[in-house]
Amino acid sequence: MNVATVQALVLRYLYLYTRTPIRLVELLFWPLVHLLVWGYLTEFLKKHTGAEFPYEITYLIGAVILWDILFRAQQGVAIFFLEDVWSRNLLNIFAAPVTNADYLAATYVVGFLRAAVTSTLLGVLSALLYSFNILELNWALLPSVFNLLVFGWALGMISTALIVRWGPAAETLAWAVPFFIQPFSAVFYPVDTLEKMAWISKMLPCSYVFEGMRETLKTGLVDWHSIAIATGLNALFLALAGILFVRVMNVAREKALLTKFASQ
Amino acid sequence: MAEPVLQVTDLTKTFGKVKSVDEVSFSIKEGEILGLLGANGAGKTTAINMVLGIITPTAGRVEVFGQDLRKSRVELLRQMNFCSTYTQLPGNLRVWQNLNVFGKLYRVPDLSERIDQVLEMLEISHLKNRVSGELSAGESTRLNLCKALLNKPDLLLLDEPTASLDPDIADKVRKVVRRSRDEEGSTILYTSHNMRDVEEVCDRVVFMHKGKILFVGTPKETLQHFQEDSLEEVFIRVARGGQVESAKSGKESEE
Repeated sequence: MNVATVQALVLRYLYLYTRTPIRLVELLFWPLVHLLVWGYLTEFLKKHTGAEFPYEITYLIGAVILWDILFRAQQGVAIFFLEDVWSRNLLNIFAAPVTNADYLAATYVVGFLRAAVTSTLLGVLSALLYSFNILELNWALLPSVFNLLVFGWALGMISTALIVRWGPAAETLAWAVPFFIQPFSAVFYPVDTLEKMAWISKMLPCSYVFEGMRETLKTGLVDWHSIAIATGLNALFLALAGILFVRVMNVAREKALLTKFASQ
Repeated sequence: MAEPVLQVTDLTKTFGKVKSVDEVSFSIKEGEILGLLGANGAGKTTAINMVLGIITPTAGRVEVFGQDLRKSRVELLRQMNFCSTYTQLPGNLRVWQNLNVFGKLYRVPDLSERIDQVLEMLEISHLKNRVSGELSAGESTRLNLCKALLNKPDLLLLDEPTASLDPDIADKVRKVVRRSRDEEGSTILYTSHNMRDVEEVCDRVVFMHKGKILFVGTPKETLQHFQEDSLEEVFIRVARGGQVESAKSGKESEE
């Protein structure tokens, strides 16, 4: 991997935002809407349940913030590729001295930046509007964020690989893939709720992060066991997604899929 | 004898039952401009994409500066560049931003100066701060060419660089292509449907038809071989009739 090449690829992405600030709306609008909806729902339930208010409901706000980290990281990887497709720049990039590792590293950086921008905004707003402080996660915050970033990157690579393999008709997967797993990710409810489907949840690193988040907010203790399992699963997912990506890129070169993309 | 800059040997690409490129062999000497000609579907673009490593050959070998492309692709691509009518630079970036990004990707030294230099060469310095998506087709093509010339490539691949250009701009582009060879020492593989381009720019031509090479020679040798008065007539005759039986003599001619 070459750092200068990664920087150049990231620079191209940053130029997009300096050139067209309206793109920030895409980056900030939906997370903000989710926060407001879940935040006010929490406020509503607080007011109408009085002393019987289940404190777990406030975790919804934390769930919204953490889920967005995963989603933005995934988007960073998948949209990075689609930007080149939409601008008919794909062949220029793949004919340039750029390795798969350079390309993926640049997508990771972009995913991280996207997640950093939205999670910072959501963190500040949730504290101001709903008195929910994500920093209450203490030492669990950093490994949780890291695990969600990594899983987002892995999902992004899987999304991109599927789009490359199936063509522009599959572009919608760039947005859909995270939502395939969301019901099983224990984002808004504990894994136990899934009952017979809980086995799916146990294979997903993010479900351990969300379970750990609830545990930490409830007890103040960091659930290192969950974090360790999430990290192990993430290593596996990242490796498998990387293998899938490289394989699909090889297939794309064999079947001229990149040139087909470029001419569409 | 000096090693060819590009050596393509028995290059073949099959998609299902269709052979897009069929055992194509040719080479380009240092400082040469080789025209790769043929009608739509002849296999020119597929061949160029295999030289760039964007498409993996079914069989055959591509060597650039004596090195196998499969083994040293990224290192070799640093000394190459390409421009195609089928690609664009991101329309939402300014001209200088696009060139800055690609200059960094190709590790161009003194990038800022070089950007000014290529914009000057293509006579679009006044567009430096314009948004790329707002350029006309001719300006956009010249911007693509700026990108291709940024790293002073030792091997430059141009896929129909004058397509959709008016005669004035096409003439300017041809001059830049020659200048790139004469002043910057680039070796060039050039595809075009415009036979005037080819006559003016190319030292030798490779005529392709349905994935096969029909003939390799100088433009003059090509006219003699096909007994026609212009390359345009040769092109039409090949496109309509094939002349596949001439392939063997073409290969011999190159040898």
